[in-house]
Amino acid sequence: MKQCLLEVTKNERLTSDIYEMTLEGEAGENRAGQFANVSVPNKFLRRPISVADAGENFITLVYRVTGEGTGTDEMSKLSVGDTLDVLTGLGNGYDTSLAGCRPLLLGGGVGTPPIYCLAKSLVSAGISPTVALGFNRADDMFYLDKFKALGVELRVATLDGSYGDEGFVTDAAFGIDFSYYYACGPMPMLAAIRRAFGERGEMSFEERMGCGFGACVGCTWNTKSGARRVCRDGPVFKTGEIIWKA
Amino acid sequence: MEGLSVRLGDITLDNPIIPASGTFGYGFEFAELYDLNILGSIALKGTTREPRFGNETPRIAETPSGMLNSVGLQNPGIDHVLEHEIPELKKIYHKPLILNVGGFSEEDFAYVCAAASREPAVGIIELNISCPNLHSGGANFGTSPDEAYAAVKAARGATDKPIFAKLSPNVTDIKSIAAAAVEAGADGISLINTLLGMRIDIKKRTPVLKNRTGGLSGPAVLPVALRAVYEVYDAVSVPIIGMGGISCAEDVIEMMLAGAVAVEVGAANLVNPFICRDIIEKLPETMKKYGISNLSDITGGAH
Repeated sequence: MKQCLLEVTKNERLTSDIYEMTLEGEAGENRAGQFANVSVPNKFLRRPISVADAGENFITLVYRVTGEGTGTDEMSKLSVGDTLDVLTGLGNGYDTSLAGCRPLLLGGGVGTPPIYCLAKSLVSAGISPTVALGFNRADDMFYLDKFKALGVELRVATLDGSYGDEGFVTDAAFGIDFSYYYACGPMPMLAAIRRAFGERGEMSFEERMGCGFGACVGCTWNTKSGARRVCRDGPVFKTGEIIWKA
Repeated sequence: MEGLSVRLGDITLDNPIIPASGTFGYGFEFAELYDLNILGSIALKGTTREPRFGNETPRIAETPSGMLNSVGLQNPGIDHVLEHEIPELKKIYHKPLILNVGGFSEEDFAYVCAAASREPAVGIIELNISCPNLHSGGANFGTSPDEAYAAVKAARGATDKPIFAKLSPNVTDIKSIAAAAVEAGADGISLINTLLGMRIDIKKRTPVLKNRTGGLSGPAVLPVALRAVYEVYDAVSVPIIGMGGISCAEDVIEMMLAGAVAVEVGAANLVNPFICRDIIEKLPETMKKYGISNLSDITGGAH
C-alpha cells in the first residue's frame, strides 16, 4: 500500500454511466486485480476502484457512476489538474503464475477493466489469453478497441443481441479450450461462470469496505479456508475457496 | 517531545494518542506504515472468550461525515490473542497495551479478564459493555447502571489490572452508568462507543447493513462524544479516555478540555492510515498556537 497525491490528467465518459480516469504521479506498484482507494470530495469513506491500467507514473481507474451524490458522481465531476489522495496497490491481485498456456479471461460490465489490465500483463509476459466479455447492450460496451490492440482473441456477448453473441459472457466463451480462467463481474455472472466452467480459476469480488487495507475487518467473508478479508486477502479468490450459495 | 505526556492512573503515556479498538486490528497493518512506538498506547481489537466471525456482510455503510459498522466483534478469541497476536505485537511495540474485552455474560468478562491478567504487556483492560451490534449481552450491560455495575464487578473480581469501562452513548443518563461502573471498581471510563444507526438502500428497499443496524462513528459523532465526556467528567473522579470522531490535533485538545486525560482515534484511521502519526506530529505546534505547555494541564479545562 502507498498513500499518494495524484493529478487527474483525464476523466472522460466511456458510456452512459462508465467513466475512465487517469491519475499521474508516484502511484507505486499496481498489479492486475488490485485496487485503489480514492478519497472523494465531501465523502467520509474512500471509494475502492479496481485498476484498469497502470505504469510507473500513472494509474487508470474505470468506474461506474451509481447515482447522485454517491461518491462516484463526485469523482465524475473532477477536472483535469485536480489532485486526489489515493491509496494504491491494495488487495492481492490475480495470480498470473497459474495462467498456463491458454488462459481464459472473463469480464462483465464494469468488471471489464481489471480483465484488461490482466490481459495486458499476460500479453507482455508472452502469454496469449482468450478474452470473453459480456455487456447488457452495444451502447454499454467499452474497451473493445483496447483489447483488439493487444492482439488477443476477443469474444463478446450482449444480453439483447445488439452486438456479438446474444446472451451472457458464458455464452461468448462457450466451447473455448482453456488452461485456467480469470473472472471479474457481478456476482450472478461469477456464479454462472462457476456452473459453466467449474472451479479451475479465480475471480475478483466486490464488498462494501471500510478501510480497504485489512484493519477494520468490515468486508470479511467466511470461506472454505476461514474468515477472509475481501480487501486484503482478496479481492481475488480461487473459485473453489468460496462458499457458494447459488 | 516535552509536554505531551499524560497519566492514566499509574500508567504514563508519552502522548495521549491511542488508536481506538476495532479500527486498528492488532496493529500489524499499520506497523507496515510507521513505527507504532510513537503512539501513546494501542487499544486492541475487541476480544471475546470464544472466537467470533461477527455479522454477515454488508457490514459497512457510508453516512454524512461518518460511517456505520456492524462487524459484530469479529476476533480470534482471547486464547489465540494471548498466544499469537500479542506476542507478535510485543516484538515491534514496547509499551503497555490496552486490551478491549467484549462479553455476553458476567462469566465471559471474568474469564477474559482473568486470562488477560497473565499477560504483562496488557497495561489496561478496556471493558466493552456497550457494543451496540449484538442482539444480546453487551448492549444490555451498558444501558443500565445495575447491568454496568454487574459487568464491571465481575471483571474486577478477575483481575488486578486497571479496568476502564467503555460506555455506550445510546442511553438516557450516561452519568449514572459511569458512576455505577466506578462504584463497581472501574479505574477509569472510556467513552463513547458508537451510536446506533441505520441506512436504507432505496433501490432494494432494505437496510444497507445485513444486520439492519450498525454503530455510527466518524466526525459526525464528535459533538455527542464531547457532551458525554463533559457530563461524565463532572460525575466521576477517575480518568477518562475520550473518543468519537477525533480526526485532528484540535479535536484532541477539544476532547481533553471536555474532560479526557487521553483520547482514542477511531474511524479516522480507516480513511487516513497515517492519522495517528500525523496528529502526534502536529500536536506540539497546535499546543503552541493555543498557549499550552503541558497537555496534562488542560484536562477538564472547559468546566
